[in-house]
Amino acid sequence: MIAVVDYGIGNLRSAEKALIKVGGDARLVTDPGEIEIADGVVLPGVGAFGGCARALRDSGMEGAVRSAIDAGVPFFGICVGFQLLYEGSDEDDNINGLGLLSGRVAKLDESMKLPQMQWNELMAVSGRNSEMLDLQSGSDRKGMWAYFVHSYAPVPVPYLDNVVATCDYGGMVVAAVERDNIWATQFHPEKSGAFGLTVLSRFVKKCHRIGGR
Amino acid sequence: MKSVRIIPCLDVDAGRVKKGVRFVDLVDEGDPIELSLRYDAEGADELVFLDITASSDRRATMVDVVARAADQLFIPLTVGGGVRTLDDAKALLRAGADKVAVNTAAIARPQLISEIADQLGSQCVVVAVDAKRQGSVNSQDGGWEVYTHGGRTATGIDVLQWVDRVVQLGAGELLVTSMDRDGTKDGFDLELIGEITSRVPVPVIASGGVGTLEHFAEGALKGGADGLLAASVFHRRELSIESVKEYLSSRGINVRPVG
Repeated sequence: MIAVVDYGIGNLRSAEKALIKVGGDARLVTDPGEIEIADGVVLPGVGAFGGCARALRDSGMEGAVRSAIDAGVPFFGICVGFQLLYEGSDEDDNINGLGLLSGRVAKLDESMKLPQMQWNELMAVSGRNSEMLDLQSGSDRKGMWAYFVHSYAPVPVPYLDNVVATCDYGGMVVAAVERDNIWATQFHPEKSGAFGLTVLSRFVKKCHRIGGR
Repeated sequence: MKSVRIIPCLDVDAGRVKKGVRFVDLVDEGDPIELSLRYDAEGADELVFLDITASSDRRATMVDVVARAADQLFIPLTVGGGVRTLDDAKALLRAGADKVAVNTAAIARPQLISEIADQLGSQCVVVAVDAKRQGSVNSQDGGWEVYTHGGRTATGIDVLQWVDRVVQLGAGELLVTSMDRDGTKDGFDLELIGEITSRVPVPVIASGGVGTLEHFAEGALKGGADGLLAASVFHRRELSIESVKEYLSSRGINVRPVG
């Protein structure tokens, strides 16, 4: 079972439906116990960083998410669910993220229309392998277009740490990271058409292959 | 970099897709689910459903259409028409819409925009503006007036003042329809679109009047639109989404390629 963490922050059904579409036994979960038995954990997120961080904490599921990641269970963070992996966000200085990846979340270039609410082409970071994007080191695949809705994005320390893809929106923007069992995207794979479904299907296969604890 | 979205629009009346000229003389164009899946497969970047049903059981029908479409669609979906309350917005998002478009109810009670934005986030609030030129149809002197109730009611409100206000209230996107051009295939009202894109910080979808490939290009190049919406030309297969994107690309406009 793939647990889509439902912590009361709006419509998460599209993530669940997309995972089911590509063969995943996905389920919205509101109980930390269900995260403990999951073969994979998906953390979506919409809206503001502070609201999501507080809702995750208040839901009592933050600890379960953290221990699943620590235990090596396949994990996928989407949009604000990606940003929550970092130490904090300039969007809300009063609450910390999970701090599993180093760096903070910062506002996009304000000379651009914000939010970035559009499709954008991903650029592979050279020299990196990516299971999520099926990229081998040195490959430079074109045509990976994904749908973004965000005004902030992570700035990893050191820069581009674990980053496998970026996009250009008033400068380079981190679009996807991958580190061991952690996959996470600033874009919405569940809204990125056939490309997004392909990304999610790779995650589902990984969950089936590795499984939970 | 900025990319321009191609957005087929489905006007839904009692569960069927309809399209008229200047908001009247509606013709049946098919089943909304079938059309949605066709447009997704053909490379649409996003879809808009507008509920134009006049009857009182409209909400239940539309929520059902949205739920059935969203089960199979994996691209963004905006739904508008008859959204009067925060609960209406929530019901549509729960059914699978990514954004809701408000129009008539926001004129009557502008706080509706901030209520939805505060509760659900600005990114899911689209304000739809139906604009009609004042004075001579070909002169900009009189500006544009906001209309509501599917184009039947004049409000006396100036379009440019209204768009400034709705952005302050938290609108995350504007869907601007020229009532003078809707369904005419005479091209977008480029002055209208250009005036608005140059004054608001949020994305603007241009709507009303597109009939040729060049009209699409003008909407992006002269109008500065972030999204280009069309109905008739796609419903009737007069233009394909792929041909539009190839043409825009050839004109130097960044679009997500088909396939």
